[in-house]
Amino acid sequence: MLLREVEYARPASVQEALRLLGSNDGARALAGGQTLINVMKARAASPDVLVDLADLGELRGIELGSDGTLEIGAMTTYTDIVESAEARARPILGEVCNQIADVQVRNRGTIGGNVCSNDPTNHLPPLLVAVGATMTILGQGGERSVPAQEFFLGVYMTAAGPGELLTKISVPPGKSDGFASVPIGRDGTCIVNVAASLDGGTPRLVIGCVDAVPVALMPDSVEEDAVRASVRGANLDPPADVHATADYRRHLAEVLALRAVALAAGRN
Amino acid sequence: MDAVSSRTITVDVNGEQYEREVEARRLLIHFIRDDLGLTGSHIGCDTGNCGACSVLVDGVLVKSCMMLAVQADGAKIETVEGLASEGELNGLQQAFSDHHALQCGYCTPGMLMSATALLRQNASPSEEEIRKGIQGNICRCTGYVNIVEAIKAAAP
Ligand SMILES: Cc1cc2nc3c(=O)[nH]c(=O)nc-3n(C[C@H](O)[C@H](O)[C@H](O)COP(=O)(O)OP(=O)(O)OC[C@H]3O[C@@H](n4cnc5c(N)ncnc54)[C@H](O)[C@@H]3O)c2cc1C
Ligand code: FES
Ligand code: FES
Repeated sequence: MLLREVEYARPASVQEALRLLGSNDGARALAGGQTLINVMKARAASPDVLVDLADLGELRGIELGSDGTLEIGAMTTYTDIVESAEARARPILGEVCNQIADVQVRNRGTIGGNVCSNDPTNHLPPLLVAVGATMTILGQGGERSVPAQEFFLGVYMTAAGPGELLTKISVPPGKSDGFASVPIGRDGTCIVNVAASLDGGTPRLVIGCVDAVPVALMPDSVEEDAVRASVRGANLDPPADVHATADYRRHLAEVLALRAVALAAGRN
Repeated sequence: MDAVSSRTITVDVNGEQYEREVEARRLLIHFIRDDLGLTGSHIGCDTGNCGACSVLVDGVLVKSCMMLAVQADGAKIETVEGLASEGELNGLQQAFSDHHALQCGYCTPGMLMSATALLRQNASPSEEEIRKGIQGNICRCTGYVNIVEAIKAAAP
């Protein structure tokens, strides 16, 4: 399949990248390309200019702060996270990244691209909401921080608007996390996924694949009845497709919520 | 640097230098197959799902239909053509032959590159690790059993 004609730039600085993104309405950031290049083949999107972030070293890498906060550059690949000693400070991150697709996709796909594409079936949007991550967005007007819960606005839409870049994702310390999913195939696209985190008092449950954005719930406790009640109380209206009916997705959401909570509780 | 719709790139493919002008929209697999004439790497799906187009870029296993040729500027690329030397199959290729790890052979170039990447990182992978290592490569013929056997046998 051929892509429509496109221009390509590989800026050497973040400022330069912002200038390129800001000077053309049809410009798009290119991270790992593991979504964008397919979207361009299908011509579901045909950007005029691709601004490749590959040379922006300051967007890549993982740092563990003295307070235990992990700062992960947007261009950090899943493989980088899986192999990082620092990232083990929050073990769920590497564990979930290691379930995304396959070696080739993990070698190219980035944490920033995963959340900026906000495909409702992606692994990282619900996970990053559950762990209470904060996104740093840089635009011509300066830098701002957005809690993960407010970052996801709709299918393929996030708080990082046109002309802006997600630069890094900060993840607070913690370890009582769980992630449960029913994927298509062993490490494939999720039919439903649920991330749970019990750090910081109230349990947090975040369900993916059932709505345009991750659905965040706060059950009263980690008891089975409370978890079931909270998922039922969300009145989920998930999509139906060739993989699952809406009813089956609702059922999975409840079962996977219990599993994710049990996994998280096992790590207290 | 401003945006351009084509540019001249230099790549090292299997130890040989190539300099070519490419359109920005050109996929790396098309560059390798059609511009350089190295047709060992296959196109199975064109959507990043089958792995037949897998190559190593600066030692990193990628699907070359999911990358633009301009992104590989300056890179060292390894394709299936680089495995044999002087007409002799390398150990991994010989193991595929010995274990009947292919039928139609369409997936084989990608499988060999994924196995090459795996064995460089992990000299004696378990069956589980082998299966995880070739998960991005689909084979419609063999049922994978003999591919796993061949990779196990090739591990030094
Ligand atoms: C075969 C296959 C299987 C897959 N399976 C899974 C799976 O099971 N789970 C899963 O979660 N994902 C899966 N994916 C998707 C994959 O994880 C993608 O890598 C990811 O969705 C996008 O990340 P990327 O770095 O490739 O981004 P790109 O494709 O380069 O970009 C995606 C979008 O985000 C924007 N963007 C990227 N980075 C930034 C930034 N820093 N600031 C602002 N905007 C930015 C781009 O402009 C683009 O619109 C799969 C992909 C393939 C090909
Ligand atoms: S042709 Fe590239 S993954 Fe199938
Ligand atoms: S041998 Fe035919 S696809 Fe693998």
